[in-house]
Amino acid sequence: MDTIVIGVIGADVHAVGNKIIEYTLTNEGYNVVNVGVLSTQEDFINAAIEANAKIILVSSLYGQGEIDCRGLRDKCIESGLDDVLLYVGGNIVVGKQDFVEVEKRFAQMGFNRVFPPGTPIDDVLPIIKKDLDELR
Amino acid sequence: MKIYLMIDFGSTYTKLTAVDIEKKVLLGTSQFFTTVQTDIREGYHQALKKLYKKIDPAIKFDKTIACSSAAGGLKMAAIGLVEELTVEAAKRVCLGAGGKVDLVLSHHITKDEVLKIKNGNIDIILLAGGTDGGNQECVLYNARMLGESELTIPVVYAGNKECHDDIRDIFAKYNINGYICENVMPKLNELNIESAQSVIRDIFMSNIIEAKGIKKIEAEIDEVVFPTPHAVLKAAELLSKGYMHEEGFGDLVLVDIGGATTDVYSIGSGSPKRSDVILRGLEEPFAKRTVEGDLGVRYSAMGIVDSLSEEEIKLYNEQGYDLVREAKIRSSQVDSVPLNEHDSNVDRIFAEISTDKAISRHDGKIEPVYTPIGTMYYQVGKDLSNVKYVVGTGGVLINAKKPKEILQKVSFTLQKPLELRPQNPAFMIDKEYILAAMGLLSLDHPEIALKIMKETIKTII
Repeated sequence: MDTIVIGVIGADVHAVGNKIIEYTLTNEGYNVVNVGVLSTQEDFINAAIEANAKIILVSSLYGQGEIDCRGLRDKCIESGLDDVLLYVGGNIVVGKQDFVEVEKRFAQMGFNRVFPPGTPIDDVLPIIKKDLDELR
Repeated sequence: MKIYLMIDFGSTYTKLTAVDIEKKVLLGTSQFFTTVQTDIREGYHQALKKLYKKIDPAIKFDKTIACSSAAGGLKMAAIGLVEELTVEAAKRVCLGAGGKVDLVLSHHITKDEVLKIKNGNIDIILLAGGTDGGNQECVLYNARMLGESELTIPVVYAGNKECHDDIRDIFAKYNINGYICENVMPKLNELNIESAQSVIRDIFMSNIIEAKGIKKIEAEIDEVVFPTPHAVLKAAELLSKGYMHEEGFGDLVLVDIGGATTDVYSIGSGSPKRSDVILRGLEEPFAKRTVEGDLGVRYSAMGIVDSLSEEEIKLYNEQGYDLVREAKIRSSQVDSVPLNEHDSNVDRIFAEISTDKAISRHDGKIEPVYTPIGTMYYQVGKDLSNVKYVVGTGGVLINAKKPKEILQKVSFTLQKPLELRPQNPAFMIDKEYILAAMGLLSLDHPEIALKIMKETIKTII
C-alpha cells in the first residue's frame, strides 16, 4: 500500500478540504497520513520519513502558500527524501494571478504537481496513479 | 494476621515498609545504606533490624516484594528514526519503564555510537523506527549494526511491524539476545507504551538484577519486580485515579528530588484547556515520567551549578552562598547530611533550582501563531495548568523544614509565561517516604495502598 502524507501548511486552519482529501484517498486504497491543519514543513517531512511516503500533498487555502512552501524541496533532500513527489493545491497565491506563471514558480521550487484553485480531488486521482506507476 | 514487607533498594538507601494487610495500616518503615558494592543483603539485614525495633519482633512477613534502583538503576539506550517521533516515543517508553536513558540515537547509527553503547554500561537497548507500514530500511540497518558489533546486551525491537521477520533473522544470525514487541509508534504521533514496557520489565527481572548483584536477595525475599521509578509511577497513577469506590486526587504532579537525579511525574491527559490552542507532536503518555540525570543534590550537584549562568552564581555569592564550593563538597561526600542552618539553606537552594529546571523540561509549552482568524497557539507537551496537587518526595524534600518553598518552584511563573505549569495547586509531602512501597503493594492490594497513601501524604501549608 502506497503512503501519501497530506496536510494544510502554515498558519492556515482550513480543515474541511483536508478531511475530504483524506476520505477520498483512503477510499482509493492509499495509506493516508494526515498531519492536519497548521502544519509546518518539518511536520510533513517527519511524517514522510517515518511512514515511508511516496507523495507529500500540501494544501494551502489562505494565500500564503508561496511563502510557506519555499524551501520544502531543499529540506526534503536534506532529510534523505530525494525521490518523494511534492504536490500542492488550493488557493496557493494571493489574488487572481495567471496560473501558468504560478505553476512555473512552484515547479522551480521543486514541486512535481501544482493544481489550480477549485480542482476536485477526484481529478487528481488519475495523476497520482500515473505518477506512482512511473515510480515502480 | 497477614503482613507484607516492601523493600526499595535505592541508589543510596535501602528502605523498608511493613503493612498489615488485614487491618489495612502502615506498621512501620526503616532505612539503611544500600550495600550493593559488597553484598546487598548486609544493608537489608541492618534495615530489618531497625524495623524490628519499631514493630512486634514476633512478626513474620507473609510476602516480601522489592523494587530496585541500586547499582546505577536501569540504564537504557533508545534508538529511533526521526528525533521528534520514534526517537521520542522510544525515550518515553524507557522512562515510563523506570529506566534512565543514557543514550538517545536517531537515524542510521554509526560505529562510534555503537561503541558508546558498548562502553556506556547500557543494560537494555530499545530499538525503534518507522510506523507500521512505514520506513524499514533504517531500523534494519541499525539492527545489523548492533549485530555486527557483537553486543551481548538485550535488544528490544519495537519498530515497524513489517520488519519482524527480518529482525528475527538478524537476531538469529548475529546471536543477539533479542526480544520483539509492538511498535512504540504504530501510527504517526500515536504512542504505544504497554507492550515494550512489559518486555523491558521481564528482562529487568530475569537478567538485569542478576547482573547487578541484586539477585542474591531473592533467596530471602519473594521477588524484585520493578525498577524503583516504575513503582513510583504506579503509585502516582493509583493516587491520581483512585480505585473502585475510593476516590483519587485527580490530576497531579510528583517531584522526586534525589542525590543523583530529579524525577518529575505527571498524571493526567494534559490536553489543551482553551479553544485557540492546537496540540502538536507526539501523543503524551497519561502517566508521564521524565528524569534529569544532571540535577541532583549530591552526586549531581555539579550539574546544578553547571545549569546556572555566571551572573546567577554571583547573585548567590552575594547572599553568602558559594554554590560552586558547596556543590564540590556534596558531590564528593554523597552521604553528607546538613549539620547547620547554612547547610540546610544550601540544600534548599539546590533543591529549588533542580525543581524549577526539571519541571521546565517536563511541562508542555505554548507558542503563538498569527493566523488570518487571529492569534492561535501551538501546544507541545502536557498542559498542567489545572493540576490540583503537587506531591513531593525524596530525602531533601522530606527532611526540609519548609518543603513548600521548594515545591512552589513547580508553579506557574510570569518569568516563564509560555510554560503550562500548575497555576494554583495544593502542595503535599510523602512524609513517610512510602511511594515506591505503595507502588509495589498496589500489585496485590491497590485499595490498601491507596488508603495508606491518602492517610500519610498530607497537604503542607
